[in-house]
Amino acid sequence: MKKAYLYKAYERFWHWSQSTLVFILLITGFEIHSSYILIGYESAVAIHNITAWIFLVLTIFTIFWHITSGEWRQYLPTTVNLKAQIQFYVSGIFKNAPHPAGKTLLSKLNPLQRIVYGGLTVLVFPVMFLTGFMYYFFHFPMQGVELASLEVIAVLHTLGAFCIVAFVIVHLYLMTTGRTITSNFQAMVTGWEEIDEEDSMIIESEMAESARALIKSSNGKDRLKQPWKRKQKTVTEETLQD
Amino acid sequence: MKKYAILSLALFMPLFIIALMGGQGTEDEEVAEEKELKLVNYVLKAKRVNMEVVDHNKFEILQQKFKNAHTVTEACLSCHTERHTEIMETSHWKWERDEVLEGKGVVSLGKKNILNNFCIGVSGSEGTCTRCHIGYGWKDKSFDFTEKTNIDCLICHDNTGTYKKEKGSAGYPKASVNLNYVASNVGSPERENCGVCHFWGGGGNNVKHGDLDQAMLDCSREVDVHMTTDGENMSCIECHVTENHNITGKVFALSSENKNRVSCEQCHTEKPHGDNILDDHLCRIACQTCHIPYYARANPTKMIWDWSTAGRLDEEGHPMHQPDADGNHKYMSIKGHFIWDDNVTPEYFWFNGIANHQLIEDKIESVPVQMNSLDGSYKDKGFCKKSINPSKIWPVKVHRGRQIYDPVNNTLIQPKLWDKEKGEGAYWVDFDWGIAAQKGMDYLDLPYSGEYDFVETEMYWPLNHQVAPKEQSLKCIDCHTRKGGRLASLGDFYLPGRDHKAGIEIVGILLIISSLIGVLIHAVYRTISGKKYENNNYLNN
Repeated sequence: MKKAYLYKAYERFWHWSQSTLVFILLITGFEIHSSYILIGYESAVAIHNITAWIFLVLTIFTIFWHITSGEWRQYLPTTVNLKAQIQFYVSGIFKNAPHPAGKTLLSKLNPLQRIVYGGLTVLVFPVMFLTGFMYYFFHFPMQGVELASLEVIAVLHTLGAFCIVAFVIVHLYLMTTGRTITSNFQAMVTGWEEIDEEDSMIIESEMAESARALIKSSNGKDRLKQPWKRKQKTVTEETLQD
Repeated sequence: MKKYAILSLALFMPLFIIALMGGQGTEDEEVAEEKELKLVNYVLKAKRVNMEVVDHNKFEILQQKFKNAHTVTEACLSCHTERHTEIMETSHWKWERDEVLEGKGVVSLGKKNILNNFCIGVSGSEGTCTRCHIGYGWKDKSFDFTEKTNIDCLICHDNTGTYKKEKGSAGYPKASVNLNYVASNVGSPERENCGVCHFWGGGGNNVKHGDLDQAMLDCSREVDVHMTTDGENMSCIECHVTENHNITGKVFALSSENKNRVSCEQCHTEKPHGDNILDDHLCRIACQTCHIPYYARANPTKMIWDWSTAGRLDEEGHPMHQPDADGNHKYMSIKGHFIWDDNVTPEYFWFNGIANHQLIEDKIESVPVQMNSLDGSYKDKGFCKKSINPSKIWPVKVHRGRQIYDPVNNTLIQPKLWDKEKGEGAYWVDFDWGIAAQKGMDYLDLPYSGEYDFVETEMYWPLNHQVAPKEQSLKCIDCHTRKGGRLASLGDFYLPGRDHKAGIEIVGILLIISSLIGVLIHAVYRTISGKKYENNNYLNN
């Protein structure tokens, strides 16, 4: 067994701060929806609004990070292994079969994760932001840009919230389906995850590929400051030739 | 174990943060309460400079022995020349003013000719009703509205508290009033001056408005934060700012247009809360809605008046009074049955400041008859139609009644109610609806078929007074709640916390439940089969 550094510091910061914000938004949001009484309507509204602003800032930073690091490609949907992944969750997992999609640096997410996380990011969250901020700014029909009614955005916002709750439930469960019950969780805390031999070989070759590219364009050396370069000092031209 | 500790920490961290933020919220509220009240166009009494005003005792003309009330007015006008021209323009004098009514054009409206569902109307009964007129001698249509000595200056300007008008005497003062004493001690109107009519309208304290009550002469902060004698002790005209005898403010029982009004914003500004979300509510919610959570908080007000049971006399043929458990009139032979209530929850309506009225000539189109109707809706944002302001949600006292109407002509009836003498056809003396209706309609030159019946009516009184202490103002949850909220009846818009789409709710809950069940089944099956296929674990191979 080997360990690979899969989740970078910003990714982990993003993941945990986002999950905290989503929890807060869900808990206050459903109180605003009158699903229950917990902290009081006024506090719920105030916290929901502040949290939404923080979430927006975090999201802007994260989009920027994904674009500049190229990590956005991780979320491109693919059909490769999709069927196998579904079969794994439906049957293979019960027989202790191996995970069909290996984790590598260039493809950390399995095809289902790609679709679901990608869907959340490009569909659910933008709709939540859009409807949420329309709610915030146009809650009363006034001069200028205005809504005939809050109903449509309120309904969309609520529907989105239900989807996120369902996502959280399934996500929390699937977290336990890693190599061990806590291995996925640990990986998201430390960044390091245990991977099998085959995947580690792919990762090494990926790193080597990058290193080669790096060396080839030595002029651009300073511009490429990939984290793996600092961690994996052992991968050099000499080791590659071995 | 450590793993699970970290896991649970990650899950509960958000909850801790929420709890922390919730705590901060309440601290902010406490800080907000200590903030000084934001005021414009008003100087607190504590900060005012006391000015010596004129001493009317020193005017020779007021030392004469006044023959009658008219001569007092003459004396007043000898110094305050031309003031009568201002008075004669006011609705306090004319009891009518030109108002544009939707679909009816310009109509001269006022107490003079409008019907209500209390004492119905003044026509034919002026002798008693004009006890609340700022004049002397309006006993019938012959009253001269151009005679300046008919003006009663003292009813508004008496500062002695001894000036009283006689019952049934068309506005003349009681013989016991010392006119010299009163005339020498005049000044700006006090609460007592306004209150004698505005508290007692409809024949008793707090009968009509529900938020204007003799308790306001000396009340606690609980009853009225503005007029409380424990606090700012404001008089009526501090808000109803008056220039040239034009008293601002109007009640939509009688008026229709959105003009010459008094508003909370004139002193409190349009952003009084120091909180964006609360201030935003002002776009569509009147201050009164949250700040008058209940009305008739000091004394009960009349909620229902059923004229149809009037006329029952006792065994000796005399009219009678029956009090209810609280000592209010439950039944009066002259007026019928009443229901009173106190600490009443208002009803809420969209209102843009424009009212309409069921005029006596108007055909009855629907029952209950809307004696006055308040215009407005969620979609009325002001600029697109009649009013320049968007409709706001207002708290309203709705007074319901059953009163006489003509089922053949399908109009309301103005009966003659009062007369000094028996045999003149006045209902309160002779107890015959038919004759009273004939006399009343004849007086107005209006047709009467000879048949009468009783019809249900509703009258709308937007609430403005007896503003409650801020601790008692409505909270978010009073409206933003699924069931039984204050705005449950206003169905023309989506209100967060109150409304939801049942379909979406079912879809959402099913989604959550199926996720939970799916996850649970998967987990159980995984645990069981995990043992069975233990040897199959490729990691162990």
